[in-house]
Amino acid sequence: MNIIFLLAPFSVVLGLMAVGAFVWTLRASQYEDIRGAAERILIDDDDHPDAPETGEAPGR
Amino acid sequence: MAVTFDAASRPDMSAFLRRTDDGQTRLDLLVTGARCAGCIAKIEREMARLPGVISARLNLSTGRLALGLENVSVDPGRIIAALERLGYPATPYDPGAALAQRDQEGRRLILALAVAGFGAMNAMMFSVPIWAGLFDQELGPATRSMMMWMSAAVGAPCAIFAGMTFFRSAWRSLRAGRANMDVPISVGVILTLAISFSETILNGRDAYFDAAVSLLFLLLIGRWLDHVLRAKARSAAGDLLALQAPVACVVDGAGRERSIPLSDVQPGDVLRVRPGDRIPVDATLEDGEALLDNSLLTGESAPERVRPGQLCRAGAVNTSGLLTLRAHARSEDSTLAAIARLVDAGAQSRSRYVRLADRAAALYVPVVHAAALATFAGGWALGLDPREALIRAVAVLIVTCPCALGLAVPAVQVVASARLFRRGVLVKSGAALERLAEIDHVVFDKTGVLTEGRPVLVGASPTIIAMAGPLARASSHPMARAVARAAGEGPLATDVVEHAGLGIEGLINGRRARLGRAGFVGVPTLRSGETELWFGFEGDPQVRLQFSDVLRPDAAETVAALKARGITIEILSGDQVGAVKAVAGTAGVAAWRAGLMPEEKSEAIDRLAAEGRKVLMIGDGLNDAAALARAHAAIAPGTALAASQNAADLVLTGDALMAVVEAIDVARSARRRALENFGFAALYNLVAAPAAMLGLVNPFVAALAMSGSSLVVTLNALRVRSRR
Repeated sequence: MNIIFLLAPFSVVLGLMAVGAFVWTLRASQYEDIRGAAERILIDDDDHPDAPETGEAPGR
Repeated sequence: MAVTFDAASRPDMSAFLRRTDDGQTRLDLLVTGARCAGCIAKIEREMARLPGVISARLNLSTGRLALGLENVSVDPGRIIAALERLGYPATPYDPGAALAQRDQEGRRLILALAVAGFGAMNAMMFSVPIWAGLFDQELGPATRSMMMWMSAAVGAPCAIFAGMTFFRSAWRSLRAGRANMDVPISVGVILTLAISFSETILNGRDAYFDAAVSLLFLLLIGRWLDHVLRAKARSAAGDLLALQAPVACVVDGAGRERSIPLSDVQPGDVLRVRPGDRIPVDATLEDGEALLDNSLLTGESAPERVRPGQLCRAGAVNTSGLLTLRAHARSEDSTLAAIARLVDAGAQSRSRYVRLADRAAALYVPVVHAAALATFAGGWALGLDPREALIRAVAVLIVTCPCALGLAVPAVQVVASARLFRRGVLVKSGAALERLAEIDHVVFDKTGVLTEGRPVLVGASPTIIAMAGPLARASSHPMARAVARAAGEGPLATDVVEHAGLGIEGLINGRRARLGRAGFVGVPTLRSGETELWFGFEGDPQVRLQFSDVLRPDAAETVAALKARGITIEILSGDQVGAVKAVAGTAGVAAWRAGLMPEEKSEAIDRLAAEGRKVLMIGDGLNDAAALARAHAAIAPGTALAASQNAADLVLTGDALMAVVEAIDVARSARRRALENFGFAALYNLVAAPAAMLGLVNPFVAALAMSGSSLVVTLNALRVRSRR
């Protein structure tokens, strides 16, 4: 049963880390544009070297 | 439109460029029409290609495009023109308003929610062994005591942090001498924590740390939903207003045009107003002759003719050529602002409305506190140990927790307003839905509500429309636009010259043609109506194009649908008797009054309210704003003026008037769901409270009952979404 003295605090620390991660995503404004984030995954990445029109992209 | 709004003729908008602290220049634009990944990619790629643009990021949820620019010499006009070429109309966003949008309260709520969620889960983790002990599982007293201490260590700080929102609100309400829903919540949480601590110290039986935190967690969900609803409506309403008249075009000493924020206009400034734009502040006409559409100000559908030196009121639409005006008053002192103050006064009277949840709280608070007190006093009197009696009293407070009550209304309203939002109705607050559900009488304004509020071509043959089309497309005059709409897509006239207040001249297939007032086109006529245009090729006979403000296509259907729901209907209009009578006849409304002043409208609303009627006012004009604010509930179309949209509870973002009927249906259905939820919560308390009094409730039962009742209430709320 002594393992509980390790596991119980450990689980609390894990929980605290989850809260910390959530606060971080909040601060990094990841919830500002939920719809946009869902759509952006569908955008083709034209900066890929094989893509036909790459001329100006690296300039920015 | 391409002719009048290309990059060259756009005024300077550099007032909207913002310097950030790190030396960058930023520009915020409100973009309409962006819907999908393709739009994001197209806009961001094209923007980044423009010279001087470093970064572009579009927020699809809010429609705001944030641009990083190289320096302040980049012309926003060219960026807006480029966006318009891509097919996305854009407006500069007022930096002041954008900063005000920072959502402090929302952040605090969500942080409290996160902490409460963490606390609830982890305190519960230590409670599970204790609950197991309740069911005769093996648990030594030392382990049990340790679990309680761990539960306290995690649960208590989280409960105190997450509960601050409620404690503060309860304290404010107590100091004001009233008890809101937060008072029993705070009393319950604080008492629960205190008892749980003393039980833990005394090696007692029950500790309710997990119950206290999960109670706060569930309540915070309700709070947060309510907040999201209001914040979303607020920012969407702000966007609608930003699209209207955020800028005024000022001419400086050197004759250069600059766009400045409305609030920066000073008396004496020379203003330029393009055809189709609104007069930004009260101003006198410098030269030429203006034809102003006052329909939003007075409800009158025929335009007013203004001569040099006469006053043009803010909010009127310029339907003639380019106007030069001299500002007469600042934005805050203009006609618009005066009416806005009238509206504020009305809105205060409406804030006396008591929300459903608060009415429930007024019943709930004394009953529950009396029950808890009776449990303690009765238990002690009947020979219970005072400590046991106190634990039972606290158990009563916990199981009758108002979390079902706290979720009952917000959950329903969030679902209802999300459904209405998809149908083009913007709900500004939850209270608005509650009031809308109660209405039994609808008052319509005529111009812009039952009618389109803009001239539509009537009775012209397709050949004539096709002939005049190329010239009409080159003008932004409302009547010319009506012709262009009727003609559809097609070629543009060349060599176009617009003569202010007269008409437009240009070459169609090499032949000179004119479109405009009778005298301008060369018709010898004694009187020229304000609702007609003439068109003719040089040397040919001229033809007359007649316009009128037509009924919205679904106006009659809407009136019929409202009648079918047992709602009485009336038209109160500022327009002339003839025009109102015609519209009332076609729409099927028997009760109507014409020629009303704004005060008469709001008095009429007050009289109806005094008779005990719950009035819904639907109006768009400034003359309606006071009436909108005084009515029990108010709806404004998206084309309405800023003041009217502010005064209204709901804003229609689409064109269909039928949305009003849907809004009423959804509001009524939401009210039914909310009342069902209250009924369920009452039933639950009727069972749970006596059980707690008899000492049948332990922490495990409390946790189950609490989350169970919240779940039922939320599931019931979701039914609003699917109901047709």
